[in-house]
Amino acid sequence: MTDIILYTIITLSATGVIAAIILYLVAQRFKVFEDPRIDLVEEALPAANCGGCGYPGCRNFAEACVKSDDLKGLFCPVGGNDTMAHVASILGMEAKEQDPTVAVVRCAGSFDKRLRINYYDGPASCAIESNLYAGDTGCVYGCLGHGDCVMVCDFDAIHMNTVTGLPEVTDAKCTACGACVEACPKHIIELRKRNKKDRKIFVCCINEEKGGIARKSCEVACIGCGKCVKVCPHEAITLENYLAYIDPVKCRLCRKCVMECPTNAIHEINFPPRKDEDSGEQEISALNGEQIKSESDLTNNADI
Amino acid sequence: MYKTFHKGGVHPAENKLTAESGIIDLPVPALVTIPVTQHIGAPARVVVKKGDNVKTGQIIGQGEGFVSSNIHSSVTGTVSKIEKFIDSSGYNRLAVEIETSDDEWVENIDLCKELIREITLPRPELLKKIQEAGIAGMGGATFPTHVKMFLPQGKTVDHLLVNGAECEPYLTSDHVLMLEKGEEILTGITIAMQVLGVTNAVIGIEKNKINAIGYLESHAAKYNGISIQGLKVKYPQGSEKQLVKSILKREVPSGGLPSDVGAVVFNVGTMFAIYEAVQKNKPLIDRIVTVTGRSLRSPSNFRVRIGTHMADLIKAAGGLPENTGKVIGGGPMMGKALNSLDVPVTKGTSGLLILEEKESRRKPIMNCIRCSKCVSVCPMGLEPYLLMILAERRFCELIEDCHIGDCMECGSCSYICPANRPLLDYIRLGKARLRELKRKKKEN
Repeated sequence: MTDIILYTIITLSATGVIAAIILYLVAQRFKVFEDPRIDLVEEALPAANCGGCGYPGCRNFAEACVKSDDLKGLFCPVGGNDTMAHVASILGMEAKEQDPTVAVVRCAGSFDKRLRINYYDGPASCAIESNLYAGDTGCVYGCLGHGDCVMVCDFDAIHMNTVTGLPEVTDAKCTACGACVEACPKHIIELRKRNKKDRKIFVCCINEEKGGIARKSCEVACIGCGKCVKVCPHEAITLENYLAYIDPVKCRLCRKCVMECPTNAIHEINFPPRKDEDSGEQEISALNGEQIKSESDLTNNADI
Repeated sequence: MYKTFHKGGVHPAENKLTAESGIIDLPVPALVTIPVTQHIGAPARVVVKKGDNVKTGQIIGQGEGFVSSNIHSSVTGTVSKIEKFIDSSGYNRLAVEIETSDDEWVENIDLCKELIREITLPRPELLKKIQEAGIAGMGGATFPTHVKMFLPQGKTVDHLLVNGAECEPYLTSDHVLMLEKGEEILTGITIAMQVLGVTNAVIGIEKNKINAIGYLESHAAKYNGISIQGLKVKYPQGSEKQLVKSILKREVPSGGLPSDVGAVVFNVGTMFAIYEAVQKNKPLIDRIVTVTGRSLRSPSNFRVRIGTHMADLIKAAGGLPENTGKVIGGGPMMGKALNSLDVPVTKGTSGLLILEEKESRRKPIMNCIRCSKCVSVCPMGLEPYLLMILAERRFCELIEDCHIGDCMECGSCSYICPANRPLLDYIRLGKARLRELKRKKKEN
């Protein structure tokens, strides 16, 4: 009886030892060398796996960083400059600082400003509607309002406003990963430079039609009149295809263009109210006051 | 013996309301809008200026590049605008607007109704005339006919198939054309046979058009090599690949064309246009359009000038009924709801369908119950439920492996789905995403 137990233990242990030796040898033979710095860099990254850097996930980005000689063209929009500096210090390199950006929705065609001329009853997806036809409003450039951008946001930073039917970005949560920019079939969302106190001035329209057609389809469309171009002291505004565009890098946030725009297509956000001079301006500042309120509300919620 | 294809297919209610009504000539409209892109391929280059006086049949757009087609004025009048107008998809595309003053035709167009059977011109001249007349596939695909007739080297064709199946419910434009212009179509087929150098032509007609089969059969004896083949009623019998399968029992390979298996397919409308272009010198400036719908007071088949606004057509058919839900350009299976009634009739407009509010509504989308009905009805043998999931989740490479490119968007899957899933919408999206991906790859 004891013999059987003894032999069993001996054979099993012997098999175990032989197998272990084989496994050890094979593991040595086919060893894959992995730079230990990849793990370190990955730990420094935010682990959001959002794809904002252009790589499928944080691990792939870490590999790319380790392989790279000077971190050129590599930037983690979620972590921002701090994370990149950390990554650079791990790798003994210098990271180039980049201006932080934030997603901006460039359409103000809410339900009351842009009338629906037909009724779309297909699947609730902007991609499908835009693939099928121009959309249910007169503006072929405008937001379709099914929220493809909301669906792809990993950071809960963009939401549909049910009153206006347009998406709204919560600046505090937005990491500028660019997922919404990719998802929008109408290319309405743009990543723009993030200014102090999240102040923004931008043309909230991408309609490239002639003024008359644009205005007919939407009350707050850019009609390409060029008034803002003339008034801008910093040459930050360009006019192309009947559409004004404010260069976020050149813009000094002087707010002169906002007053000039006849259709209120240029928006200023997060600015203190103006000192009123005449009634026309009062109207504008009142409008912006409202925007500031809603924006600050959102930010407050975000903090909670 | 009625032939058919065996893989997939559905049987939607036929609703051929206008089969008995004949062709009515619509009066020349006061205003036409003629788009420069009415065909697949490069847009035509506009050769008239604002303020020019044009005659009916005069060329106003010259085809640019290999795959393109000429555009002609369909009325006599003054060019009032050359700018972007709304098209059926809601986007603005370049078009020529002409205000009608008269109906004076270009001199060399033969306006008498008499049938001319003899074909006197040699082959290159015939092809040139077809090209000059700006003929594009009248079934709806609008592929330039002269390009289709120009076979690539190394390909031989032994059969010319003519599609008179008209499998779309409601539409009867081909049916009435076959009944009223049967001999002209047969002459057109003879011309096409000469151009292609084939000796056999078969006209495929679904058996719900038994009078058209009888009428064409009684005249076909006068023409060499043309036979009529009755087909079973099944959607999509009139699709190119299905027609080749039904009549010739040959299968077009995946991603291939009928010419790969020795056949070329044309629509009967195209054959009539070829007849008019060659024998009467008349460019493609009008076509038959079925204006139909159960709520419409007088659904009819109209001969319409290209560029006529849809609103004019509806007015002629008794006005837009009050309870209209959708106005569809084309048939109910493959047609597209129109964005606006100011959209013009183009070379590919075969019908205009007015649906009541009740029948036009989409039903609520439910979960897939894995019944695989979509797989069994797909005439191309694809798996629509799978393509939908892959398209939704952006698996573009996988989608290509599943042969999404073979889908002809017949809509059988969406029609049959008991859970009302929008299969075709997502397949179209998948196709668009795949195109996008390929374009990006090419750029890099």
